[in-house]
Amino acid sequence: MLWKILLGLYIAIITALAFVIPIGFIPGLGERARIIFLHVPSAWLSVIAFFVSMLYGIRYLRSKNIYDDIKSVSSAEIGFLFCFITTVTGSIWAKFNWGSFWNWDPRETSIFVLLLIYGAYFVLRSAIEVEERKATLSAVYSVIAFVTVPFFIFIMPRIMPGLHPGSKGDPEGAGPVVTFKMDPNMRILFFASLLGFTLVYLWIFNLRSKSEILKLKIENKIYQEVQN
Amino acid sequence: MLSSIWAIFLKDLKSELRTRYALNALFMFVVVTISMILFSTAGEVVSGTLLSGLLWVVIFFSAMSGLSRTFVSEEDRGTVIFLQLATRPSVVYFGKLLFNFALIFGLNLFIVIAYLLTMENFKVKSFDVFLVGLILGGIGLASASTIIAAIIAKANTKGTLYPVLSFPVLLPLLMTTINMTQLSIEGATFSETIGHLRILISYSAVVIIASYLLFDYIWKE
Repeated sequence: MLWKILLGLYIAIITALAFVIPIGFIPGLGERARIIFLHVPSAWLSVIAFFVSMLYGIRYLRSKNIYDDIKSVSSAEIGFLFCFITTVTGSIWAKFNWGSFWNWDPRETSIFVLLLIYGAYFVLRSAIEVEERKATLSAVYSVIAFVTVPFFIFIMPRIMPGLHPGSKGDPEGAGPVVTFKMDPNMRILFFASLLGFTLVYLWIFNLRSKSEILKLKIENKIYQEVQN
Repeated sequence: MLSSIWAIFLKDLKSELRTRYALNALFMFVVVTISMILFSTAGEVVSGTLLSGLLWVVIFFSAMSGLSRTFVSEEDRGTVIFLQLATRPSVVYFGKLLFNFALIFGLNLFIVIAYLLTMENFKVKSFDVFLVGLILGGIGLASASTIIAAIIAKANTKGTLYPVLSFPVLLPLLMTTINMTQLSIEGATFSETIGHLRILISYSAVVIIASYLLFDYIWKE
């Protein structure tokens, strides 16, 4: 219980600091660069969530334990939610910084594809009735989809010109987003925010998978009582 | 192992040639789609780059209407259990993959001939780049859609689900091939498209290996 209160305080402080901390002058962005404290961590959270979802999917394929499948779906749902948040915040920001809500920049394309993949994942789950079959096929699909994701996140942004940092032709070099030069304040707060979002993820994930497992147990119990 | 893969391939080819269901449907599908494009662009001057994007739209949707046939027909006819008894899962996978390769090559050949004959502005300057993009794109398309076909064959709504599941997985491939076709129309050389070739080859390799590892789970479901 205590760590949840502490986490709440920690995230509150980070959110407040994200608006007030001096970040130095960044040409072309200015104060708008503050989006990095909330937008990038939610993208990071959604990628972690999808990765965990795939790992539990693989675990399900090995163990055939339905709880692993429940954890896999829970994580995918959280990932989808934060993927959506990333898209919306990024899109609103793009309107004010790049002049339009959507530019088909490679990273915008990749987040859009993540939404499509997991949208398809949930559609696939709803199209199968048998629980075990649903679990197996959706686990396989999430692995197949996940092996193609690196093409978007690491390869396409490098060979196609784009607007995000780390795109082809960026003078700061074509690396992951965080390699461009940051003010020390900004760097510390950015990594603190990443840590905070990761902890938030662990908390929601725990809560969601627990409640879903309890739901399944109650359903089974009701079913047994009806049979007796 | 190779001979059993070949046997699966021949079995599919024979049963396909017996009814010609997929072939006829695909043939008509391509004709309908291309005439649709012709009607909607009648009287307009359509640029070559736009046409090369539309070419892959035609290829993608024709593939989506035909490539799931190999697995779905096994489920429909109830011959899955027989195949499961007869041979190992990986053999079935590679046999079906081979059949889908053959199908997509035939399909692409037909689409491109029809396209070159009907679209006046579709003039390919460097034909070798175009051809390599088409072949590698076809291989990638077949390799991803084979495993997705195996998945959807077990689901309830087979037809609509197939393009929905395939599209996000195929998008990196489609974006690369569309770009490569556009470059070939503008007359690019091989050295300019080396990055595209790397993506296409690594994509197919990654997807085929992942499918090979995962196919057992789908097949035994």
